[in-house]
Amino acid sequence: MSKNLKLFLGVALLFVATGFLMSWNQALFVLNFAMVSAIMALGVNIQWGYAGLFNTGVMGFAALGGLSVALVATPPVREAWSVGGGGILGGLLIGLATIALAVTLWKRMAKGRKRSLTMLVVLVGGFILFRWVFDPAVTAVEAINPSITGNLGGFGLPVLLAWPLGGLLAAGAAWAIGKTALGLRSDYLAIATLGIAEIIIAVMKNEDWLARGVKMMNMAQRPWPVPYEVNLQRNETFLSLANSMGFDPVTGSSIFVKLVYLVMILIVLALVIWLSERALNSPWGRMMRAIRDNEDAARAMGKDVTRRHLQVFILGSAVIGIAGAILTSMDGILNPGTYQPLRFTFLIWVMVIVGGSGNNWGAVLGAMLIGWLWLMVEALGPQVMSLVTAGLSEGPLKAHLVDSAQHMRLLTLGVILLLVLRFSPKGLLPEK
Amino acid sequence: MDFLNALVAFLNFVFVPGLAYGAQLALGALGVTLIYGILRFSNFAHGDTMAFGTMVTIFVTWFFQSIGLTAGFLPTALLALPFGILATAVMVLATDKVIYQFYRRQKATPTILVIVSMGVMFVMNGLVRLFIGVDDQNFADGGRFLISAGEFKAATGLAEGLSIKGSQAVTVATAALTVALLFWFLQKTRTGKSMRAFADNEDLALLSGINPDRVVQVTWIIAATLATIAGVLYGLDKSFRPFTYFQLLLPIFAAAIVGGLGSPLGAIAGGFIIAFSEVMLTYAWKKVATYVLPDSMAPDSLLQLMGTDYKFAVSFAILILVLLFLPTGLFKGKSY
Repeated sequence: MSKNLKLFLGVALLFVATGFLMSWNQALFVLNFAMVSAIMALGVNIQWGYAGLFNTGVMGFAALGGLSVALVATPPVREAWSVGGGGILGGLLIGLATIALAVTLWKRMAKGRKRSLTMLVVLVGGFILFRWVFDPAVTAVEAINPSITGNLGGFGLPVLLAWPLGGLLAAGAAWAIGKTALGLRSDYLAIATLGIAEIIIAVMKNEDWLARGVKMMNMAQRPWPVPYEVNLQRNETFLSLANSMGFDPVTGSSIFVKLVYLVMILIVLALVIWLSERALNSPWGRMMRAIRDNEDAARAMGKDVTRRHLQVFILGSAVIGIAGAILTSMDGILNPGTYQPLRFTFLIWVMVIVGGSGNNWGAVLGAMLIGWLWLMVEALGPQVMSLVTAGLSEGPLKAHLVDSAQHMRLLTLGVILLLVLRFSPKGLLPEK
Repeated sequence: MDFLNALVAFLNFVFVPGLAYGAQLALGALGVTLIYGILRFSNFAHGDTMAFGTMVTIFVTWFFQSIGLTAGFLPTALLALPFGILATAVMVLATDKVIYQFYRRQKATPTILVIVSMGVMFVMNGLVRLFIGVDDQNFADGGRFLISAGEFKAATGLAEGLSIKGSQAVTVATAALTVALLFWFLQKTRTGKSMRAFADNEDLALLSGINPDRVVQVTWIIAATLATIAGVLYGLDKSFRPFTYFQLLLPIFAAAIVGGLGSPLGAIAGGFIIAFSEVMLTYAWKKVATYVLPDSMAPDSLLQLMGTDYKFAVSFAILILVLLFLPTGLFKGKSY
């Protein structure tokens, strides 16, 4: 048996043990989480492992994927569209047109005071016009039934469409950010993506007309063919199956839904791995690695390094966006407050590095291992801590220690990351 | 038309808060820029180093408060500050010894060092949350106001009041003192000069017999000092919450890059540029405009360019503009 297979089996054993010792429902929940994270990790691996791009904005791209679920799946709020739809779209178009005009003028006009003045007039004028059209529309839309809607709503399309669309949305954002920050020093991309992620979250929190901001969006819609637990529990075939196999229909329905999700996630995961393995072993993949290993040499060979970087940055971000959409459609709720950089950006990075940068299977393995740790340390931390502190007398110190056990996982992950970087920088499954 | 009241409103709501915030950012950016200049990587753990130093200072402050030791008008935290600096310096020196030194010997690329600093960030963040928790902590005491709005109105007879919080005055004074000391150190002392030489040209500095380990150690100590001071001042002025300190990373890096990474003078200028842009773009100008404009033209709207929730967008936009048009920053850092 090869070493790789052993590693995968070892990690699989963790999940089996969770199933036996805690519950299969819990084990499947953790597995689904780990598998969605694996898709995100593949996206990061495409950027970092293939091209050496350091993206710290994973959270932002995942959030865009989540946003796409709300925009695609929820039914449109007709009244809101009639009072403010035109104004909001018009305002956004004016904003885009202003930026496009400014960029064109900047390129076309000769350098000098005339250009600076024209730019100033275009930008200030565009901004005033934008606010003048946009603001009243937003106020009107947000005034409509704010406790339930207060937003424009989505298109009422099947949720499954949101998955590729989430990828497209993330790709669009990646194009804009890559166009400005790529081609500069490598740490600039890190700082720029850190910023864009914070801004995407800020927009999603504050623009209530878009997806209700911090008031959250509940989405009952599920991607085809995932069933609802309630319907399953009323389904004759399912009930008789539960009877004959001897499991509780309520837990059984919850497990069944998770299994359907798992299959769907695995299909996407397999597709992404297959495509990226194909790409990695094609002339394009060899070129990417050549650029990563020696940029100057690749440039001297006539490769357009910045353009290739942009391409791979967009591809990787799109994969992250798809994973973000899957996650949100699985949760059935879009809450911008849950997007935390430690959970969405840095956790994924730990997965990639622990698994092995540049190796797709490594990213999957890392995601399974670290995803399991992340959720299980949270669940087990307080229990372990109360065992450790059992000898202490009851008091504020003990309460504080038990209480703070949930923060142990940050510390644990940080230490794991540092240890792997130091002693096994190629990760568990090194690049071939 | 009432320029005097308009001026006071401007000073009260824009200039004074901007000045204090700018001073805090400048101190943070100085630390980032020094590490960048000498250790040659962007330290993602800087925000959490600030949080760590502030946390220690808060604990010592609480201890002092409990035994009744205060500083009168000044906040007790200033008395506790040296202990915070000491603990943070020990912490970062240990981090360097255990973690960074290995990569320095290996001559690892800057990106690897950034990822390593990410790991350090995780650990420090975890430690801070473990010890003090994730909630807001208030540790400010001493005089609330240097000048309160009511006193100002009574003294001048103007309709608008100017208030200067004690924490704002302390921030600006401490920052000015710290910066003056830092520049004196960099310009006049032997160690400071060797640091600048090392930043300019590592090989040449090594040839002329400068001890690189010593330069690195001194840099870490200075960075820890600056980070702790910046963190404590920010915490006094606003409040202490670990996550806010992580988020400060963006404006701090924006400030350092605007000024030119590696340039101390640039970091200070950058800090104020970012702070004032943030405050000015998110301030509702209605009050000032009402005083300046004739009655017939008085504005109905708030005249606020963007909501305060988008303050990160301001630092980010400035960062992008600088990256596009002036990648080396205002003071020609070595960032390209």
